[in-house]
Amino acid sequence: MSGRTILSVEGLQMGFDVRRGGKRVRVQAVDDVSLSLAEGEVLGIVGESGCGKTTVGRSIMRLAEPQGGKVLFRGNDVLAANGKNLDELRLNIRMVFQDPYASLNPRRTIADSIAEAGDINGTFKDRADRDGQIAASLSAVGLDQSFAARYPHELSGGQRQRVGIARAILPVPAIVIADEPVSALDVSIQAQVLNLLMDLRETLKLSMIFISHDIGVIGYVSDRLVVMYRGRVVETGGTNSILEYPAHPYTRALLAAVPRPDPSLRIVGTIPVGEPPSQFSRLVGCPYASRCPLVSQQCKTEAPQLRPLKTDGPLIACHNV
Amino acid sequence: MSALRIEGLTVSIGAGPATADIVDDVSLTLERGKILGLVGESGSGKSMTSLAAMGLLPKPGPRIRAGRVMLDGADVTQLEPWQRVEAGHGAMSMIFQEPMTSLNPVRRVGDQIVEAVRVRERVGAREATDRARELLELVRIPDAELQLSAFPHQLSGGMRQRVMIAIALAGRPQVLIADEPTTALDVTVQFQILGLLRELCNALDMAVLFITHDMGVIAQLADRVAVMYAGRIVENAPARELFAAPSHPYSRALMACMPIRGVGAHRLRTIPGQAPRAGSVKAGCAFAARCPDVRDSCRTVTLTRFDIAADHDALCAFPVTDGRPL
Repeated sequence: MSGRTILSVEGLQMGFDVRRGGKRVRVQAVDDVSLSLAEGEVLGIVGESGCGKTTVGRSIMRLAEPQGGKVLFRGNDVLAANGKNLDELRLNIRMVFQDPYASLNPRRTIADSIAEAGDINGTFKDRADRDGQIAASLSAVGLDQSFAARYPHELSGGQRQRVGIARAILPVPAIVIADEPVSALDVSIQAQVLNLLMDLRETLKLSMIFISHDIGVIGYVSDRLVVMYRGRVVETGGTNSILEYPAHPYTRALLAAVPRPDPSLRIVGTIPVGEPPSQFSRLVGCPYASRCPLVSQQCKTEAPQLRPLKTDGPLIACHNV
Repeated sequence: MSALRIEGLTVSIGAGPATADIVDDVSLTLERGKILGLVGESGSGKSMTSLAAMGLLPKPGPRIRAGRVMLDGADVTQLEPWQRVEAGHGAMSMIFQEPMTSLNPVRRVGDQIVEAVRVRERVGAREATDRARELLELVRIPDAELQLSAFPHQLSGGMRQRVMIAIALAGRPQVLIADEPTTALDVTVQFQILGLLRELCNALDMAVLFITHDMGVIAQLADRVAVMYAGRIVENAPARELFAAPSHPYSRALMACMPIRGVGAHRLRTIPGQAPRAGSVKAGCAFAARCPDVRDSCRTVTLTRFDIAADHDALCAFPVTDGRPL
């Protein structure tokens, strides 16, 4: 799995100005986030709502304009790209969105939606080539050709998400960023879509960033994990080592809170306490300090940096582990 | 005596030959101090079942075609919610998935709880406010006194859901219906709300009907589980027994397709195709088209309940009874 690095993010900073009670307040959605994606790898970004995971994905696509940091795709500076370079970049990095209802244009046929990126960038040779590629893309996601002429309202949620995926792989990109692609789907349909994504990863040699709040789903698909809390990376490393030996207190709470389908494994006790702090308060020290069972004085004044616990092991940002 | 009995409830939409039973012959029994989990995918009819039980079916539209809702021994099937209150039947409350749509955004939290208290009890303003504060403490909202004057938007999602629970408890219900109350919440917050519901169920001796699509949540919380598919209860069992030895092929398939952490290497099992809309399958078993164990007769059979054990039954012609793994 350890291919060459295809995408790297360094020190990403992204804040939003919002009005709150008549005052302008800055919400630091992403604070000094670094990560890298190897060729052919699936990197999972996991965290609860508001942790900044979606903003990281959108920044890589330049759907949000970060204020600081670097994003390099195959060595090219993504944040400086414009015009033709940016178009090309966006052909190479594609996105699958959470809500298949909202992300398809209700007035366009499935074929037109799938072909849109190719149409805009003139990648089709002629009409027959376009039709052929649409057909190939549909069959790659397990939909038959009759779907090409249909409209989104005629499709079920699972079928729409397949269309969303078909659109993301035409033309075939280098990287797919999937932002909560199965959260809106029923469990039985979730499994179909997850299998499909994993199949496509193999056949199309895709690298993927998989963003989700569901550690069950993300643990299933990812080679490596990035755990985010309130805009920062708190733990990152191989999926298996993190799931087996979660080190950061937040990762532990997150894992412990996942309801397991076994009544004999009922959660007893009170592992995670409190709720995430307000996004509007200025953050000093460790973002998790207000809920952490291991909190010490240092945590309230000094932000912990990512460090390895052992050689080649996961990195964690915590003073007290 | 059970707190709530739903007997052969059938809810229909449409008329004449276009009639579809979106809830089809559903029977459920809720006991005080116990949590019954109702699990199913979207469109399976689980919310319609609970709305019918509450007397809150949208009008015009679905109607109760057959069956009874027995609340504390009295038949309340045809009574409006206000008629139930006037007739002095035991109270039933409901909480929903998205607390923000159920709370009034321009009224203070305290006023909204006071309103709920005074609908049920003839008490003065001060007494009602005291009770509102108690209710906020009961659902473990820190700084209850302070939060009485907060507006809903000033609270986090978890706190809003606690406020909804406080409002639901204002009428001292003996039955609480919770329709996907934690689906919109983060897992660490969900964990706390599930713990709170269990605690309240025990402390107040309430019967709780907990509706969800999440088998994991059901396993954590429920004492009994009813699995719903296309408008019908397909399996009904104590939680431990259901998860140890699921009998209906649909319950089994639902459990098998969950991604469980740490097993990444293999392909997830799936249920082929998609669930039919409740009431759309007119003959035979509604799950036949997706069932791994389907036989020819399943497409035409008139299903009857198969007793797996004393309090465990499945609506299946050929249930799995040998305890084989998923």
